[in-house]
Amino acid sequence: MKERQLVIIGGGSGGMAAAIKAYDEGIKDILILEKDGCLGGILNQCIHNGFGLTEFKEELSGPEYLSRFEDEVKKRGIEFKLHSLVTNITRDKVVTYTNKEEGVVEIKAQAIIMATGCYERNAGAIQIPGDRPKGVITAGTAQKYLNIHGYLVGKRVVILGSGDIGLIMARRMTLEGAKVLCVSEIMPYSNGLQRNISQCLNDFNIPLYLSHSVSKIVGKEKVEKVVISKVDDHFKFIPGTEMEFECDTLLLSIGLIPYISLLENINCPISSTKGAMVYDNMETFIDGIFACGNCLHVHDVVDFVSEEGRNAGHGAALYLKEKEATSSIDVKYDKLLSYVVPQKVRIPVKEDVTLKFRVRREIRNANVIVKSKDQVLSQTFKMVMIPSEMVMIKLNKDKLANLDDELYVEIVEKK
Amino acid sequence: MKEMTCIVCPRGCRLKVDDEMNVTGNFCPRGKNYAISELTHPVRMVTSTVRVSNRDNMVASVKTSEAIDKDKVFMVIEAINKMSVSAPCHVGDILIKNIFDTNVDIVITKNIE
Repeated sequence: MKERQLVIIGGGSGGMAAAIKAYDEGIKDILILEKDGCLGGILNQCIHNGFGLTEFKEELSGPEYLSRFEDEVKKRGIEFKLHSLVTNITRDKVVTYTNKEEGVVEIKAQAIIMATGCYERNAGAIQIPGDRPKGVITAGTAQKYLNIHGYLVGKRVVILGSGDIGLIMARRMTLEGAKVLCVSEIMPYSNGLQRNISQCLNDFNIPLYLSHSVSKIVGKEKVEKVVISKVDDHFKFIPGTEMEFECDTLLLSIGLIPYISLLENINCPISSTKGAMVYDNMETFIDGIFACGNCLHVHDVVDFVSEEGRNAGHGAALYLKEKEATSSIDVKYDKLLSYVVPQKVRIPVKEDVTLKFRVRREIRNANVIVKSKDQVLSQTFKMVMIPSEMVMIKLNKDKLANLDDELYVEIVEKK
Repeated sequence: MKEMTCIVCPRGCRLKVDDEMNVTGNFCPRGKNYAISELTHPVRMVTSTVRVSNRDNMVASVKTSEAIDKDKVFMVIEAINKMSVSAPCHVGDILIKNIFDTNVDIVITKNIE
């Protein structure tokens, strides 16, 4: 069996950033395995603008952003295999992949970085009453058809879910001549970024119905009509609030789920993000297997995926250079937060730690307090935090030097 | 008093502009510029795709080199849809120079070898 120092599964933004960082820190024997025909992952179909503000201090489209990382990968001569699908990994880090040229191959890695991204929840994940015709499609799939292959999937469109991909696709399909009738969101707030509601819906007078969901799909062969109803506090349809839309397509933008089946197979502990649990160096709770990007928790800004990729690349490089056993503490949080990444922090802390989390509801004028044993380690004022935007709190390593009990993150709202 | 969400970056500041064009709620100076531009002369970046004549099932992504008048957005899309490129093409290649005399170009944003 061939051996490699570092195998990175997934050649998207997380995987490429991880590879570049690990290489620059002295790990030269790297292999990136990418299932698609090009590097860059989902950025290939994200042709809209707005990527790179943190990373490059300019606004780039997805393909431009990925090409910069691709150039860096190629400049270093980091090996990557395209059309190569990883089918299995083991706890002792044997990676099985398959492609047309080599067939099925097993390699033994000293470390693995999972950068497998996420997938879209589809119609099977929610129970929509009514018929099951064709024309019900996830927003990301429609995006791939349109932006990679040039096919518009429908002319009259209803969008269920206000995730960013759905909002972006509302604008994109409108520009290409489709009529987007409305976006319906079951929650009382939008799941997408505010700017996307403004520039993708308001610019084109596309209505957004909050606390509404699809109560019926009508259509024998193709979608003919979609009925939308208001929901009550328990997400039950309220009779008498039905609105009918004649359409040929129902786009679903109802959430993204970390893609971690390879990790589930080896019983890697999973967090409430549905991604792997990790230490502050992005190592999962399985020795030598790291994770970053959307397979850890779904990000709303790619720049933060790249940063997390670098953290994983750095973590893996250190792991390969100086294996040493340390103990760790848990990261806990109050009920206003839906999760915090990482779930554990290794002690003694040697580097700055960034805590990333989301809130469960909109919170204005509040302090984010990080403490340990009643000692406040950091206090950060936030004017507004909303569920669709990840919050990051950077903790200076000097403040964490004597840490020996769990970290606790809480939000204190100002009266 | 007008209220709007700043679209300059993903932060999405909630801006308020009074009758004397004083802007509040912006995190950075770009928010102020955005609010004033939005009320006097709104502009948008346009991103789209163009056919690749020598590749099957493939389009190349393009964008405006700068934001253009909001009311020209659909005209720009129409102009792009009349064009095609042939591979190889690269990030930064110009598809349409100075579209509608706006001093804005339509540029390719994808590498196709």
